[in-house]
Amino acid sequence: MTPPFPFHGGLKTVRHKTESNRETILPGSVPERLVVPLRQHVGAIAKPLVQAGDRVLKGQMIGQPDGYVSAAVHAPTSGRVVAVDQQPVPHPSGLPDWCVTIESDGQDRWIERTPVDYQRMHPSDLRNFVRNAGVVGLGGAVFPSAVKMNLSGHCERLEQLILNGAECEPWMTCDDLIMRERAVEIVAGIHILAHLLQPREVLIGIEDDKPEAIAAMNAACSGTGYQVRPVPTRYPSGGAKQLTKLLTNKEAPVNGRSTDIGVQCFNVATAYTLHRAVAHGEPVISRIVTVTGHIAQPRNIDALLGSSFADLIARCGGYREGVERLIMGGPMMGFAMHSDGVPVTKATNCILAVGADALVEPPVMPCIRCGDCVEVCPANLLPQQLYWHARAKEFDKIQDYHLFSCIECGCCSYVCPSHIPLVQYYRYAKNEIWALEKEKQRAELARRRHQARMERLEREQREREAKLRQKAPPRAASPLDGATAGPSPAEPASAAPASIAVNVERSE
Amino acid sequence: MRFKTVTSPHVLADRSVGQVMRRVLYAMTPGIVALVWFFGWGVLINLALATVVALVAEAAVLTVRGKPLALYLGDYSAVTTAWLLAVALPPLAPWWLTTIGVVSAIVIAKHLYGGLGYNPFNPAMVGYVVLLISFPREMSAWLIPYGVGQPHALGLLDTLRIIMGGTGGITLDGLTGATPLDVLRTKLGLGLTVTEIRNSPVFGIVAGHGWEWATLGFLAGGLWLVFTRTAAWQIPVGMLGGLALIATIFHLVDPLRYAPPWFQVWSGAAIYGAFFIATDPVTASTTARGRLIYGAGIGVLVYIIRSFGGYPDGVAFAVLLMNIAAPTIDLYTQPRVFGARSG
Repeated sequence: MTPPFPFHGGLKTVRHKTESNRETILPGSVPERLVVPLRQHVGAIAKPLVQAGDRVLKGQMIGQPDGYVSAAVHAPTSGRVVAVDQQPVPHPSGLPDWCVTIESDGQDRWIERTPVDYQRMHPSDLRNFVRNAGVVGLGGAVFPSAVKMNLSGHCERLEQLILNGAECEPWMTCDDLIMRERAVEIVAGIHILAHLLQPREVLIGIEDDKPEAIAAMNAACSGTGYQVRPVPTRYPSGGAKQLTKLLTNKEAPVNGRSTDIGVQCFNVATAYTLHRAVAHGEPVISRIVTVTGHIAQPRNIDALLGSSFADLIARCGGYREGVERLIMGGPMMGFAMHSDGVPVTKATNCILAVGADALVEPPVMPCIRCGDCVEVCPANLLPQQLYWHARAKEFDKIQDYHLFSCIECGCCSYVCPSHIPLVQYYRYAKNEIWALEKEKQRAELARRRHQARMERLEREQREREAKLRQKAPPRAASPLDGATAGPSPAEPASAAPASIAVNVERSE
Repeated sequence: MRFKTVTSPHVLADRSVGQVMRRVLYAMTPGIVALVWFFGWGVLINLALATVVALVAEAAVLTVRGKPLALYLGDYSAVTTAWLLAVALPPLAPWWLTTIGVVSAIVIAKHLYGGLGYNPFNPAMVGYVVLLISFPREMSAWLIPYGVGQPHALGLLDTLRIIMGGTGGITLDGLTGATPLDVLRTKLGLGLTVTEIRNSPVFGIVAGHGWEWATLGFLAGGLWLVFTRTAAWQIPVGMLGGLALIATIFHLVDPLRYAPPWFQVWSGAAIYGAFFIATDPVTASTTARGRLIYGAGIGVLVYIIRSFGGYPDGVAFAVLLMNIAAPTIDLYTQPRVFGARSG
């Protein structure tokens, strides 16, 4: 077999790429007010380094990475911090989160930028630098890149370094545009990754509906040995696991990592930000956002993090008449926003406004077990069985059907003739199982605490009794005493306390 | 601006249960046309009667169950069940026979087991089996294939009169006869060989005269269902493959006693059952390998019932027997999950 190696299932979905990819990337403007969330990555929330009233410069760290899986957050422009508090953020829960609100001073003055020579740096120093530059996966998952730049013993040496430029979600074109316009800088970023990870080969996967991007990347890669590999346009080819399969025919093991099979995968935009950080000393303070759908002039914007969705939409000419739903991400996996008053984060790859005409909400019918979901599932699951057990709240059985292999790509819901919101059931089941696990852990902790307390009380009681017996001279026990006293006076009282204490220790 | 929130995906393919069911109805049309041509107006009258009874029964049960009428009547599932059953009934079946069959299918086999999507047994086949066991005489009175436009054909009004209970002075005995598979089993019992029996005028080029054209019609419609991915290809392939395989083995062992595989595949309800009955998704297996096994099981059972059982054709029983095995088949034929070790 020759590549690409097809993965099971998947879909030909609507595309809608041309709405937003005809125009070049629009440079971002500096809004008067920026709300910068401190949690823009997977892992621990960044610790705030500023407080209300502080002056900050563009690129100044305002949130410090907290622990290994975390990333720094920086001021996107210069100005004054007006608040460090909880603000609405783009998250499916709709709950507010900690943010630093900055009032721009209009000067957009940079902090002193210090590029580094990555080839002379110790790998761990370089990873630290990357973490402090706030580099995270810009494909949407926002996993801290520094963590992925450490093979940490999962494999001796990387076989394939994969750059993900597939961009399989309909409507979204931010990766397409960044590859067209900034291919050279992306390749410069790949050099850094390749230097650190020493892969046997570097593969760049791009869906074949992006000929301009493929051409630009090919040109930028000439002489480097990096291979640009067009892959068929089939959703979800941009899933890391699916792209890996397409390019290498290897499957990351269930419950395992891609490094277990010698593969590591980064988004192309991530490589770009890595290059900017290393070669120019610019931390991640902006990203390319596709603003599209029911919008006057759909376009890609190089937006400062913390700009509000409403700002970006206004720059694209505003909404068209009758917008019903606002989505962050693509239509297949993105989530709907309560409002457009939320800030752009590192995860905001696309803002999609959907008009009433494009929304169909057909009534949900019972599952007729047609099995179309089985045919399209890229994880090769049995979605109708998962649904069945999720509905019945059979959380043991649903795991027998590998619920946690589900990548929530939405293919099953898309094709379901009964219009069952299948993915919603899987999310629900996952959350319930996580909650149960936590509950179990809490209960286990409480049980151990309780047990320890009871043992302590018992020990103290016995020690007290032993002391009493030592003090008081032996006397004939009255019937009343007999009911409450523990060991009979005939026992050698002096030996008791020590042996009991030892037993208690051992029983824990 | 504030917006409503729902979870992804936010786009859906243009599909519905009603669309799936309607496609089954379209696919039945060529076969039905052939049946009408050879067996007369009774086929159409049965279809119309079954449709009306099915919709009334469905509406009544839905009302009792407190389900939205428009939504569920519009899914065409009751009509599909009605058609699947009506096509299998003798063209001059009395009205009460059709009614009892359809009511059994809709009320008992479908709704008492939970309604659309929940019934473990194929409703049309439950209705058919109820009739076959309860009214064997009426169920075996098939017309001799002289249909519309053919000599001795019964007119529309005469047909209607017979179905509604009158005889209209027509002696039915002269019009009805045994089905080809009936003929085969009876004569085999009399010690004749397959080749001798095949010379009877009941038989045409491949299988029963007239019947074989209806089979061709159902094959065409069935292939269209598979081509449009409305029906899973594994089930007909498994069923016809299983039937052909076991028929070939027996035919090779004793060609005088056991009819050749092409006759078996083209006779009775094998093709119709493979594409239209066994493919009912609700009651079939849902995994790819499971569907092959499920189909093959039906094919083998059809052959066993035909050759050694008490009924001339066994599709209905074979399907019901495999229906109950489907969940177990699914359990043991789960696909290899992405990233899992093979095996």
